[in-house]
Amino acid sequence: METQFISISTICVNYHIESSFLMDLSNIGLIQIEIIEQEQYIHHDQIADLEKMIRLHDELDLNLEGIDVVFNLLAKQRELQKELTTLRNRLRLYE
Amino acid sequence: MAFIDYYEVLGIPKTADEKEIKVAYRKMARKYHPDLNPDNKEAEKKFKEVNEANEVLSNPENRKKYDKYGKDWKHGEEFEKAQQQRRQQQSQYSQHGSGAEGFGGQDYSDFFESMFGGASGHSRQSHRPKFKGQDYNAELHLELKDVYTTQKQVLTVNDKKIRITIPAGVENGQLIKIKGNGGPGMNGGPNGDLYIKFIINNHTEFKREGNNLYKDQPVDLYTAILGGDIHVDTFDGKVKLKVKAGTGNGTKVKLKGKGFPVYKKDGEFGDLILTYQIQIPENLSEKEIELFKELQKIKEG
Repeated sequence: METQFISISTICVNYHIESSFLMDLSNIGLIQIEIIEQEQYIHHDQIADLEKMIRLHDELDLNLEGIDVVFNLLAKQRELQKELTTLRNRLRLYE
Repeated sequence: MAFIDYYEVLGIPKTADEKEIKVAYRKMARKYHPDLNPDNKEAEKKFKEVNEANEVLSNPENRKKYDKYGKDWKHGEEFEKAQQQRRQQQSQYSQHGSGAEGFGGQDYSDFFESMFGGASGHSRQSHRPKFKGQDYNAELHLELKDVYTTQKQVLTVNDKKIRITIPAGVENGQLIKIKGNGGPGMNGGPNGDLYIKFIINNHTEFKREGNNLYKDQPVDLYTAILGGDIHVDTFDGKVKLKVKAGTGNGTKVKLKGKGFPVYKKDGEFGDLILTYQIQIPENLSEKEIELFKELQKIKEG
């Protein structure tokens, strides 16, 4: 468990953020907070996304709704990119 | 080393005040931020320029120096050195942090380095949070026949040798992540990851779609009419096929399990789909023409 989950307090210290920011991200559904033995944790798989959220918030002054919109659009962009690659591969059948 | 017009980079006039610089910078940063432009080298480059322009123009001291010597930076540098010496002699020299709002941990142009000495004056660096290093992107070009079987390769990325296993059946355009092999973390953060995109070139007679392979298979006219055996090249060898009598041009035949290996599923394969192309005989002899005419007569009754 130690390697898979990182406690909220550790994250706050390392990234210089308030725990309320993480709560807000959790409330809007951008991250998932797990409670294990009365302590709150985040799965390490979410760290890369969390870092992105912190950067967008700190560096571009985006609020939570803005971050949510960005993440949705990036997910859509990834999906479209994947579809484009599949279609390009299919097109090669006819070249 | 080329002069960089930081005003042009931010799209503002030379008379712009602090507020205008900040607004222009924020707008540009939102447009070119790497998190909003994944895998976009052009945006990344532009973002660095924008950031650098802000480092200079948002700091009154740097801006003054830039405005004064910008185009003639070499001369300005010499002048600054002389001034610095004078200040040191008077024991009044003190270095100020830039205090500029900006994004840390990045490269600066040679122009910037020579004028402002890199990011050394960046006062925010020391207490910035730890961040994961930059993710690297690389392309690996392989032949279709190479990815028919699982293989190991050694890649050299930024002078570092990385051993990777490429599972059979990898798709053209597929991305795999190699954890921790990206850029070093910022302020003690973990390393970034390496993303490898596979470009699969196909110089075979087979077309591939997902796990299935497609191929046009020539069949001579007589075998198509009378039926018979043909030998077909599949990706892993020859197979013998029975062609039914009266097979038409464009008939499709599916050979189960003779396609491409399924990615990360050992022993599973897609199908090979053959499209029969009936070959019309050419350069007929007189005898053959005679016999065909005979056949035609019989047909017309």
